Amino acid sequence: MALLTCRNVSFAYEGTTVLTGVDFCVNPGDYLCIVGENGAGKSTLLKGLLHLKKPSQGEILTGDGLKATEIGYLPQQTAAQKDFPASVYEVVLSGRLNSRGIHPFYSKTDKQEVQNSLRLLGIEALRNRCYRDLSGGQQQRVLLARALCSTKKLLLLDEPVTGLDPVMTTEFYRLIASLNREQKITVVMVSHDIRGAVEEASHILHLGNRQLFFGTTAEYIASDLGRRFVGGEAGC
Amino acid sequence: MLSTFLEMLSYPFLVRALIVGVLVSLCASLLGATLVLKRYSMIGDGLSHVGFAALALAYAMNAAPMTVAIPVCVVAAFLLLQIKDSSKIKGDAATALMCSGALAVGVMTVSLTTGMNTDVCNYMFGSILAMSKSDVTLSVILSAAVLLLYVLFYNKIFAVTFDEAFSAATGVRTKLYNMLIAFLTAITVVLGMRMMGTLLISSLIVFPSLTAMRVCRRFKTTILVSALLSVGCFLTGITVSYLASVPTGACIVVTDILVFFVFAVIEKIRERI
Repeated sequence: MALLTCRNVSFAYEGTTVLTGVDFCVNPGDYLCIVGENGAGKSTLLKGLLHLKKPSQGEILTGDGLKATEIGYLPQQTAAQKDFPASVYEVVLSGRLNSRGIHPFYSKTDKQEVQNSLRLLGIEALRNRCYRDLSGGQQQRVLLARALCSTKKLLLLDEPVTGLDPVMTTEFYRLIASLNREQKITVVMVSHDIRGAVEEASHILHLGNRQLFFGTTAEYIASDLGRRFVGGEAGC
Repeated sequence: MLSTFLEMLSYPFLVRALIVGVLVSLCASLLGATLVLKRYSMIGDGLSHVGFAALALAYAMNAAPMTVAIPVCVVAAFLLLQIKDSSKIKGDAATALMCSGALAVGVMTVSLTTGMNTDVCNYMFGSILAMSKSDVTLSVILSAAVLLLYVLFYNKIFAVTFDEAFSAATGVRTKLYNMLIAFLTAITVVLGMRMMGTLLISSLIVFPSLTAMRVCRRFKTTILVSALLSVGCFLTGITVSYLASVPTGACIVVTDILVFFVFAVIEKIRERI
């Protein structure tokens, strides 16, 4: 049974359809990359997967025991976070909030979980540092640790390498790949970096206001669309 | 110093002002950090002007001032948040509209009923004589409620402040907590505006947290330091105002400004090292 299934999903803003005919599924252990140009509907689909926006047509199902709140999410950074006085520990701990329900305070297990996530991503030393003093790559790791605190099943990453330099980008891709392979965490990543996606992902979903392609990466590279985009980017 | 303070405590109206002032300063500084970081710094100003209109109307209708002003401000706070979500009129524009609109309504009401007199001046710049005994009871109950709710929902408020998108995605009811923040802010503003005045109340919200943010590196310490600063500045301000016979609200704000500059200098020195 698939973790996430989209059945002929469409999205509309105030009656105008922005994305239509999306039909795919994500199985446990997959590494799916959603690619497409700006305005292709990637962010909209992401909101749909997170249950923040209802599809105008079709349905999005979660399965295999995955609850709607069990999606680890790495959002794009906001401007407010640049001067936010919070320690790494506080930020990562807030990832445990969804498991607290109506309980107002965190438990010992929550704090242990934070420690585990920090260790997994190799940022234990940053525990008491201030979030705004960290480099872009370190901040992404912290947000990733927070996402891991809310789930161990499915990670949803929204343009995670935006603003990172090439070295940090490579490092970040390696980290995600190891989480996917070694921790068996399913990954769904939205990216405009098609070449990076092709190197990393097991499956590709290409959007352009409708579903242009869905399949394994090998199939994508062999397809006309894949050749055009991967080849085109390599050429420039 | 101590003898001055004891002397102040012998005046019942000053005791009332001290009790309410300390509690309101605490509430305002706790909420302030969240509001500043969420880019809602002007919400206090908008609400206090609405509160002014509501107080003027309450006097005109001979109703109890607080019981009119609190519900009106709560509604206004919800409206401001609602407007921020829709994109036709942006949040800052909506706040500006509300500020001047409500002020106009208030001034019209006052001039049509009692006429422009010292009462208006008191509304604008605050007066510690304005507190009646029933006001104090209501203020104590409400600010205790604000403090309790803040502590209970501290973790959720932190999450919603730091990253609304993440919180919403992981099933935190962000709309509900934004409304809670608006609700608590509205109550705090109404409680504080009689003493601080319409024009000065938002300083109680923004100054302590901005000052604390100069030096703090954690959210929890930011909150605690801003609470301490807020109460400290209030007590200093009210004492100076007693000794020099100058308006209390303005005195507190001037103290806030001085402390802010001290902390800003500390921050600069730290960055150099």
